[in-house]
Amino acid sequence: MGEVILQMIDIDKRFPGVHALNKVSFDVKRGEVHALMGENGAGKSTLMKVLTGIYTKDSGSIVFEGKEVEFHGAREAQDAGVVIVHQELNMVGHLTVAQNIFIGREFKKGIRIDDKKMNEEAAKLFEKLNINIDPTATMSDLTVGKQQMCEIAKAISHDAKVIIFDEPTAALTESEIEDLFKIIRDLRKQQMAIVYISHRMDEIKVITDRVTVMRDGCYVGTLVTEESTKDDIINMMVGRIIYEEPKTKSRVSEDAPVVLKVEHLNAGRMVQDVSFELRKGEILGFSGLMGAGRTETARAIFGADPKESGEIFVNGKKTVINSPEDAVKAGIGYLSEDRKRFGIVVQKTIAENTTMADLGNYMKGIFIDKKKEKKVAKEFVDSLSTKTPSVDQLVVNLSGGNQQKVVIAKWLCKNCDILIFDEPTRGIDVGAKNEIYKLMNKLAAEGKSIIMISSEMTEILRMSDRIVVMCEGKKTGELRIEDTTQEKIMNLATRDIN
Amino acid sequence: MGNRKIPAKLLKQEVIVFIVVIALLGFFCVASPDFRKYTTILTIMDYSYYIVLMAIGVSFPLITGGVDLSIGTGLVCYSLAGGYLIVHKGWPTGAAMVVSLLFGIIIGLINGILIGVMGLPPFLATLCTCMITRGLGSICSNNFGISWPTTGQPGSWFRSIFKLTIGDTKIPLGFVWVLLLAILMHFVLNHTKIGRYTIAIGSNKEAAILSGINVKFYHIMAYVISGFFAALASIAYSAVFATVLPGTGAGFELEAIGGAIIGGVSATGGAGSIIGTLIGVFVICLLKTGLPFIGLQANWQQIVTGVVLIGSVMVDIIKKRKESRK
Repeated sequence: MGEVILQMIDIDKRFPGVHALNKVSFDVKRGEVHALMGENGAGKSTLMKVLTGIYTKDSGSIVFEGKEVEFHGAREAQDAGVVIVHQELNMVGHLTVAQNIFIGREFKKGIRIDDKKMNEEAAKLFEKLNINIDPTATMSDLTVGKQQMCEIAKAISHDAKVIIFDEPTAALTESEIEDLFKIIRDLRKQQMAIVYISHRMDEIKVITDRVTVMRDGCYVGTLVTEESTKDDIINMMVGRIIYEEPKTKSRVSEDAPVVLKVEHLNAGRMVQDVSFELRKGEILGFSGLMGAGRTETARAIFGADPKESGEIFVNGKKTVINSPEDAVKAGIGYLSEDRKRFGIVVQKTIAENTTMADLGNYMKGIFIDKKKEKKVAKEFVDSLSTKTPSVDQLVVNLSGGNQQKVVIAKWLCKNCDILIFDEPTRGIDVGAKNEIYKLMNKLAAEGKSIIMISSEMTEILRMSDRIVVMCEGKKTGELRIEDTTQEKIMNLATRDIN
Repeated sequence: MGNRKIPAKLLKQEVIVFIVVIALLGFFCVASPDFRKYTTILTIMDYSYYIVLMAIGVSFPLITGGVDLSIGTGLVCYSLAGGYLIVHKGWPTGAAMVVSLLFGIIIGLINGILIGVMGLPPFLATLCTCMITRGLGSICSNNFGISWPTTGQPGSWFRSIFKLTIGDTKIPLGFVWVLLLAILMHFVLNHTKIGRYTIAIGSNKEAAILSGINVKFYHIMAYVISGFFAALASIAYSAVFATVLPGTGAGFELEAIGGAIIGGVSATGGAGSIIGTLIGVFVICLLKTGLPFIGLQANWQQIVTGVVLIGSVMVDIIKKRKESRK
């Protein structure tokens, strides 16, 4: 390990309503792989965006190669030698490998693009990286792993000194990960400084030299990987914060009737052999890190995405669900994490959104009975205490919390007994959050059964009667709330189950 | 509209366009003495019926966020098919009309399945059926023009549906029918499941699917309505004009789509009003009939229509931008 090449000192960044980074410090040395870890929303990505100039910092300083710098945009950072390999690959599928690597700075011969020179230069890069890719191949013909290597080659071609990997292994197979690690080790040998963002505890142990942990926008600490255990890191990630009023006891008896039973559900890489039961009146929390496959599981159950195999039983009866239409008929409602895209029609009124799933019951002959529609919408506005001047209000004019209530009203109107809440409080401010929680508890007490997918540990601990934890498309465990600790959840959520 | 308040912004667009129609009428009346004649009204009406009918129908695909380019050549095709049966096979006019209407429904169904079920882009799917109907029309008529029974001939009763002659006076009766149909479809759009879901598809298709709505069916229905109204338009066209020529019809759809968009149908889907569409088409028809009276010939009409269209699409975009800023 060499000297420190990049240092971020007391970086502070606020967004409206959020203190995203609170005096965070971070450094990386030449010839080191430095992991940056933390729960979702801990501030890792924000920190890296501040570094590469995508966000401007409010205060603090960045010292790069002994000089204080401030990059304005990714291009400037790139030119200085700080590059980021994004989780989503930014490649133009129809162009060749070499054309992609040198896009925006093509070699020219007169006014002609010199493809031959680009191919040669790309080949040199690949040689340096010890990888075997044909520069003239079309990008879209390559596997994801190979594409990512091209992305790395592109990064290095900028004469990079610091390379940031943002969850590089998320889309890779086992053998591709091995290849990637080989490259990373080579880069380390060449005295490159590497920042490695990942959720996968086992990778951290294998590939990194130091680990810095962040939590809630704060710097928690830095450990030398060799000298620390997985538990040390997890403890730092979850911290010792006392969460507000966690549930201490399940309200649902162990023999309450099972309303939904999912058996050996498979749907792509993100849903592998998932089985669980949901009991009447229960709030079943689904915990896990980003990309654990929870939303995919919900969408597969709901029929929004195709299933490969698996059986679903609703109230003990085997039920075939091939489309959301089937699911709704079986009494299942899904409240998407992305309300605006999947939940509501923003340019329509509250009344129209409320009856959207159940319009059949609001018809007078072939015409919609708008009086009845408004009446039921009004009833739900009252019972859910949605804040609005009238049910004729366009949903676009409501706050996030009230929009969520409209979606809830939609499913209650359809009389759904099983509700899947996907990140129910995302984008909702604190006061409205409490209202949504109260509402969910009330619904459960009235005998509705709820699956709650949440990335917020607080929410999981506060709401759930039972918790299913997923990791990389597989269910890694199930906990009753009585025996649950944050550490247990985090352990399951980062568990390598191969 | 019963107990339902029309949203203020739609009302606005309809009112604005209505004022534009009155203003255009006033302008042409002042600018050209020849324009101020009863026969001018008859001409405007004759030109408007088939465009209005096409526009009412195509409003539905437009509101789903799609488009139907096959209505123009479709119109000619259905008309030729019906005319062929009357002229060459001796069918009664009524039976031939039913065939024309069925033909339109089938083409609409094909469009709907290609788009709603197979997932083809609406532009592409209806462009293909546009070519297909053009070809079919030419085949039906064996490449010759076809005239539906003209006034005086047996079976010509359908012509007086649109233009009633009492003594020496000609009454543009067709306007009553297109007005009634427009009101009916306005009702369908705002007060029935088909209408509600058509808007939902155009506004947020994903949310509609995840609400358990049979989106495929309602998507298909939008195109069936479009096809059916193109066929109704074909009957109006056959009744108003003496001869229908194969190979024509391309470009009719643009006037219909233009009229719908001027009338407030959102170019990106999710909103629209059929009454607005009706008024919007009259803007186009007025320009088409009126501009020659002040000495502007066909090429200029196209340019003016294009500019008016840009204007109304801009209004739509600005409106959307304002809403999303809220």
